[in-house]
Parts: sequence; C-alpha cells; structure tokens
Amino acid sequence: MSFDIDKIPNIQGINAIHGKYDEKKVPKKDTRVMRERQFQHNKIMPSLERAIEYSGLKSGMTISFHHHFRNGDNVVNTVMDTIAKMGIKDLVIAASSLNEVHAPMIQHIKNGVVRRIETSGMRGDLAKAVSHGLMDIPVVFRSHGGRAAAIESGELHIDVAFLGAPSCDPFGNANGYNRESDEGKACGSLGYAKLDALYADTTIIVTDTIVSYPNTPFSIPESHVEYIVQVDSIGDPAGIMSGATRYTKNPKELLIAKAAADVIEHSGYFNDDFSMQMGSGGASLATARYLREKMIQKNYKARFALGGITGQIVEMYEEGLVKKILDVQSFDLIAANSLKNNRFHHQIDASYYASYMNAGAAVNQLDFCILSALEVDTNFNINVMTGSDGVIRGAVGGHPDAAAGASLTIVVTPLLRGRIPCVCDRVNTIVTPGYTIDVVVTDQGIAVNPNRPELREKLLAAKLPVMTIEQLRDKAYAIAGKPEPIKYKDRVVGLLMYRDNSIIDVIREVDD
Amino acid sequence: MQIKTVGVAGTMESSDIVVRVEPNTEKTGGIVIHLESNVIRQYGNQIRKVINDTLTSLGVDSAVVTAVDKGALDCTVAARTKAAAFRAAECADYEWGGGK
Repeated sequence: MSFDIDKIPNIQGINAIHGKYDEKKVPKKDTRVMRERQFQHNKIMPSLERAIEYSGLKSGMTISFHHHFRNGDNVVNTVMDTIAKMGIKDLVIAASSLNEVHAPMIQHIKNGVVRRIETSGMRGDLAKAVSHGLMDIPVVFRSHGGRAAAIESGELHIDVAFLGAPSCDPFGNANGYNRESDEGKACGSLGYAKLDALYADTTIIVTDTIVSYPNTPFSIPESHVEYIVQVDSIGDPAGIMSGATRYTKNPKELLIAKAAADVIEHSGYFNDDFSMQMGSGGASLATARYLREKMIQKNYKARFALGGITGQIVEMYEEGLVKKILDVQSFDLIAANSLKNNRFHHQIDASYYASYMNAGAAVNQLDFCILSALEVDTNFNINVMTGSDGVIRGAVGGHPDAAAGASLTIVVTPLLRGRIPCVCDRVNTIVTPGYTIDVVVTDQGIAVNPNRPELREKLLAAKLPVMTIEQLRDKAYAIAGKPEPIKYKDRVVGLLMYRDNSIIDVIREVDD
Repeated sequence: MQIKTVGVAGTMESSDIVVRVEPNTEKTGGIVIHLESNVIRQYGNQIRKVINDTLTSLGVDSAVVTAVDKGALDCTVAARTKAAAFRAAECADYEWGGGK
C-alpha cells in the first residue's frame, strides 16, 4: 500500500523510525556459503597493530585486560609492547588483576606509556616497584564487585578491551576452552572478561586458536566483539592453570580446615540446600573435604557453590552433593573442563558475581563463605594485600564482596606464619572491614565477632575452642614476640577501595 | 668462654636460624653481629638482643656472629647461638637440660 510518511497521524510521537524504506540504502545480501564467508569476510585483523589502529586507541585513553590466564599470561605484555612501539602514551590500565609475569609494565610506566593503573591485585617486581614509589598517581585496588560496579556506572569507562581467549570463531564468539578439541589451552570461565566485552567501546579478542563458527555456547558473544587478532601464543598453559588444585597435607592447615567445618556444622547455617563459597587457599579447600563428610552423614546437598571454582567443588557436583555451580573464575583444569561439559556448571560475569550496584548479585545468596587472610586484627579487619614487610603482594579479589554478601563469613588463618603473628593489633592494610567478618578460625582457637553473640553461644554449646580475638592475639605475641611496626614514608602509593568504591585504606611507600 | 675457632649451628629451614660464631680479630673487640633475616623489619632488634644476651650469659665478650634467620623464635635463636658458641669454644662441657 503506498503511503506518505508525513501524513501518518502523530508520527512525531513515535521513536526509532528512520524514514521510509529505500532499497538503495540497505546493504547488499551476502550470498557466499558460510564456509567461504568465514574466511573472506570476518573480524580477524592481519596484526595487533592494525587492530589497535582500527580501534581508534589514542594517548590518554583507558584499556582493559582480564586475569584468567594468571601467571601464564602473554596478552598484557604483548599488547603493551605493541602499543609502546606505536607511540601511544599516557594510558590508564584497568586490569581485572595483574601478576608477577607483568613486570615489563615497569618500563612502560617509566616511559610514560602508562599513566595510572587500576587492578584487583599486584605481585612480583611490579608490586615491589609500586611499593617503592614507582608511580606518580596511586594504584587503585578494587574488589571484583567494586570494579564491576565502576564499569556499570560508567565511572570506569573502557575505551578498548584486549581480551585473551583460548578459542574464538571468525566473528568473535569466544570461550575459555576449545569446544572443538580437548587439546590446547584452557582457562575455563571468562567471567571478568565478559563484563569488559559488554561495556568497552571497542573489544579486541586476542587468541591463538580460531575455530569454526559458531563457537557456542560462548562466554563472550560476537555481538560484543569488534576485532580479533590471532597471535602465536596467548600464554603458557602451565602458568594459566594447573591440572588439579591439590589438597593440602600441611597438618596445621588440616587442623584449621577441620575446625572451620565444625564451625559451619554448628553455626545454624548447615542445612539441606545450603549455599557456599570456598576460597582456593589450602585450608579453605580442605574445609570442603571435611564438609563433604558431614554432608554425606546428614544427607544434605548444597543448592549451589559460587566463586572461584576448583576440582574439589566439581567432584562434589559430579557426586550429586552440589546441585549447581556459579563460576566467575575457574582455578584448575578440572574446573575448566567441567564448565565446558557440565550443564549446571554455569559461567557468570563479575557483576552477577559481586557488584553492589546491580539488581542482584550471587554473593548476596551465600549462606557461608570461607576466606583466607594474611592478617586479621582485633577489630576483625582483614589484610590480603600487603606482606609483613609492608610491600604489595596480593589481591583484593572477591574478598570484601563475599564477606559482605554471606550470612556467615569465616576467615581461616594460621595463628603464626613463620614468626609473623597473623592475629595482631592492627593489620598493615585493611581490605575487608571487620564488621563483615563473623568468625576467625586458627590452628589454636576460634574467635567470634562480638557483633554475633548468638553465633558465639552456638559454637560454645558445641564445645568448640572459642576465645576472644584479643586472646588469640596474645597467644601469637606470647610465642613470637610483638613485632616492631613497619616503617613507611608519607607518600601514598595505593588506594584500597571498598566494594562501594569508597577508600577504606591506603598503602604508603615503604621505607627501607 | 673463649671463642677459639669457627662454630656453626642451625639450618636454612623455615623457622630456623644458622648461627656462625668466630673469634673477633679486631683490636676493638666486643660482640659484632651480622644479621640477615626475612623478618628483620619486625624482629631484627629482638634477634640481635637474644644473640647478644645468650653469648654474654656464656661469658663470651668477643666474637663475630654471622646469622641467617628464617623466622626462628627466640628460644631457637638462643639454642642455635649457644650450640655455635660451644663449638667455637671447642667446649663439650654442656649442662643438658639445665637451661643455662
């Protein structure tokens, strides 16, 4: 039926109408067969340089990376070297985390390629250099949830995301494993990359394995991907992940794990269909083993397990003890393969995992979580960021997110590491505030936060070795002596952001 | 107690300390301590004090001590220092269990 667009009544009041259809303006149909099209008309760039050029990356912009390749990552260093050669400077690095392998960043900072850094963590030479005053602008350390919130709110705007992927098809569907073959590299979940791909102006997938379209089910969909670059190697498989996270044989850690499982059992949060998150530290992994025995005894199943996922959780899923897995980051090959093969081992992004800002995050549905700590103080504040020498050597991770979300937050730590007391008057760096920590479990006793008196009563009734946090500290000081305080300079080199992106503490330059 | 030769005690294991005691040949004499420790910031002064006090209690007033500490507790520091001193003094006159 012919029509005159101007005579349609009240058309001004209707949005998303782009004039009248005009065949000359729409693209021609592509009539090649799909096999051909994949090779001839795709998003694969001939080089990283070309992809960077097409992305429109300019000096002063913000670029992002994920840390699913851990210490085996080649992507960050390869991309940064290329950017440096292209003469782009003054960049903001917004990585989900950085590792020892990223020490070459030091040179890029000195040469002005990098202006400032946001990350969850930092280790090795880069961390040491930052602690010794490498950067003019303090490094911003955000939790996984806090980073997700900053990206969602637009406050952390990513111009170009460089996201490594173990497999990608010619149009950008990317995965943390290869569905075509069990060979090759795998990192499992790409939970931290998913959000960057969604929000970045331009997303470049860096891969060493191009597979046939469609690489589904995907982690990152082609609809979020602008360019693809094939490189020789995205990383060292041994550094990306180990075959299986091993159970600890350390008797001290086993003692802590057993006590933590006892705390869970008598806390009131151990019921059929409970939910949990276990950290990947030795003691928290071992807690899963003791908990498993108690679950079988009582015929309880877990409704879901959240977080960084290890082979131990997968084992429980395959035994039918865990019904669903929500996986933001896979810690070993068993977990990666389970994500690939198990229907209810589900991949989630960083926002779904832990953002405080979205309409609902999985951490809020946790009955309990087991978290590690470098130090705990008498206010129950936790440090997982700076070592006993005051130097940066850790990561915020999801620590404050899980601690705030879970109904019962248990922190496991030995009373002493070597000579260093892990329960002390004041932690070097506050990462997670004490009010979110309910129980501290050590090899020499258990302390309950005074703001949870009902919990203390329950654990006392179960005859667990409950004492005050001050008594734990005194025990530690009696054995090791009270440590002298670390000397810092005035200059602030790092900002610790709480999950709502307020500054909860600062890291100062160490004074050697 | 007279330090005559080189005496060593301890291991490089975590929570241990290697203590090497030898004669001080400088004219100024006294107890000179060279300390390396992974907890030197928090416990360096305490470790020096324990080494010094232990040697003094044995009647040693002149020695060079080289210690590599891996987070040993005070009791370990004292025990290793004592053993190294006895060896350096070529003395087998221990009072087992006497604690002195």
